[in-house]
Amino acid sequence: MLLRLAERTVILLVSLAVSSLLVFGFMVLLPGDPARVALGVNATEADVATLRREYGLDRPLAAQFLDWVSGLLRFDLGKSYISKAEIAPQIADRLQVSLILVAVSMLVALLIAVPFGTFMAVHHQRPAGLVLSAISQIGVAVPAFLAGILLITVFAVQLGWLPAGGWTPPAYDPRLFLTQLLLPALSLGLVQGAVLTRYVRSAVLDVLREDFLRTARAKGLTPMRALARHGLRNAAVPVVTVLGLQLATLLVGAVVIERVFVIPGLGSLLLDAVGNRDLIVVQDVVMVLVVAVLVTNFVVDLLYLGIDPRLRTGTR
Amino acid sequence: MSMPVGPVPAASQGSAIAPRDTPADRPADAPDFPVPDDVLRVDGLHVRVGELELLSDVDLTVRRGERVGLIGESGSGKSLTALSIMGLLAESLVPSGSIAVTGQDGRHTQVVGAAERDLAALRGRDVTMIFQEPMTALNPTMRVGAQVAEVMRIHRTVPDRHTAAARAVELLDRVGLPDPAEAARAYPHQLSGGQRQRVVVAMALANDPALLICDEPTTALDVTVQALVLDLIVRGVEARNAGMLFITHDLAVVASVCERVLVMYGGRVVEAGDVQQVFTRPRHRYTRGLIGASDLDLTRDDGRLYTIQGSVPSAGRFPHGCVFRNRCIHATTECESLPRWEGTGPEDGFACWHPVRVQDSQGVDPS
Repeated sequence: MLLRLAERTVILLVSLAVSSLLVFGFMVLLPGDPARVALGVNATEADVATLRREYGLDRPLAAQFLDWVSGLLRFDLGKSYISKAEIAPQIADRLQVSLILVAVSMLVALLIAVPFGTFMAVHHQRPAGLVLSAISQIGVAVPAFLAGILLITVFAVQLGWLPAGGWTPPAYDPRLFLTQLLLPALSLGLVQGAVLTRYVRSAVLDVLREDFLRTARAKGLTPMRALARHGLRNAAVPVVTVLGLQLATLLVGAVVIERVFVIPGLGSLLLDAVGNRDLIVVQDVVMVLVVAVLVTNFVVDLLYLGIDPRLRTGTR
Repeated sequence: MSMPVGPVPAASQGSAIAPRDTPADRPADAPDFPVPDDVLRVDGLHVRVGELELLSDVDLTVRRGERVGLIGESGSGKSLTALSIMGLLAESLVPSGSIAVTGQDGRHTQVVGAAERDLAALRGRDVTMIFQEPMTALNPTMRVGAQVAEVMRIHRTVPDRHTAAARAVELLDRVGLPDPAEAARAYPHQLSGGQRQRVVVAMALANDPALLICDEPTTALDVTVQALVLDLIVRGVEARNAGMLFITHDLAVVASVCERVLVMYGGRVVEAGDVQQVFTRPRHRYTRGLIGASDLDLTRDDGRLYTIQGSVPSAGRFPHGCVFRNRCIHATTECESLPRWEGTGPEDGFACWHPVRVQDSQGVDPS
């Protein structure tokens, strides 16, 4: 068990190191000098050289890289080329917003997927299961931003029940925070939930065919109790895998939904930085997203170990 | 290796073994059983899936303390019979006829058509089952001790969780697991196939069942382990005076374990009788073939074992009339109609138009 834990930790650290190198490398490979971009076409060579010195862009790449990485480790992400503002606090603010949105969407997705997926698996040969299956298929086909626009049209524009967008910190006005959160969380959660439902369904279907579920029934458990006590935990392994992947795509995919609902999340920060050619901000935000994805994978690995004892010892 | 496998002293079970009901509050319409010590009585059992008939007219009885074998090739309907008795048939399979089970407390239950709740109360307590594949029969994410304890908790045969856990360790000890306390904390993947099957045996015996159904319980095990597990099962059943239905295609195992045997083919019982009698003087041509194919002393002129020609048809593709006639060299046009059951009852008899005559059975050619 400890060995597995150490193994996963090493994997996490190595992937973090490699990905930081990749993110840095891509930024270097991009054509155009960040200092010249920041100063505009009319800047003199002298101005550009001054700015390059100021940001340390005239130093060797290795030194720049080490500087950036050691900054990352101290949560010092440098200053924006454009606004000269510290980047770390901005990202922290935006990340908080995005994480709340993603977490609530994931919760919505799970609340949809687990009960409906299980129901569909148990009733997979009956009309009710087939109808739900078809509905979830539609959900899979609808992109989140379209769901968002539809939800705005119905609930904000036509019915006027909920605000069409915006963001209020929960500490400032919890009620407004919740009403504003509902539609974006639903549009992300419904679509993710539809995808996840199908995975829950197939995982539960697989488990229903397992011998140990028959054993559980032979012990005197009714089908539903046998599934609840012996089936769901075993079905969780493939579902957690998908959940991890979805969490990563949600974090990145929230970019579009944040635009639709005018939410000041990480996604809008990234889009603004790209628009302004503020390369150091882009580099930092991308790195933060990469870290989020890698940490998610790490947590998923830990969950595996928690769910399936066979993985702890590495046998079978 | 002689661990006591007897039933647990009454003291450790507390009041949990008290009968669930007294004869006085038994429903008046409860079936009246002519033989009171029958733990299982199957009468005219059919199982259909759509138009296909998978089991036809299966009659079988198991008495308290009696060990009955059920033999036949794969696809002859043995496991289906077992699952019917457990009430664990897939939804698409429809049973008809009668399966009457008598519990430890003497209460009768009709399995066919019973509500799932009543069946669940029966399973794991009055009727338990040991499956063929020990590698997959246990939940991989649950400790073995908890899985054994669970079957007692479900039926409330122990007062609380701690007693159940202690009883589980005790049972694991009785089935011969070395260091049972340690084994109880193990997950299935940490045990060998033989050890896992011992755990399954412990689960099956935990509530002192009236009937134990074994579906090829040792087929997946090493030969050396087979005998040990078999011995464990037999002594566990004997100590509880339970009835046992033992399904296998290993005739040697049936000969050593069972008193009576039923031979199944094509979803029908084709012969039944005392083990000694059936194995030494088979009457049905199929039984004769089975024994010939298993008898290492009996070989053809070229030194090979006798075989039954052809193979078992898939479900529903058996011929009408005698189900064996398309593989039987003695078949005539007469066999196109269903042979009558010749014998004293479901416990002794056969259904064949051209039975093996006594002088044949001493002869060389078992075809």
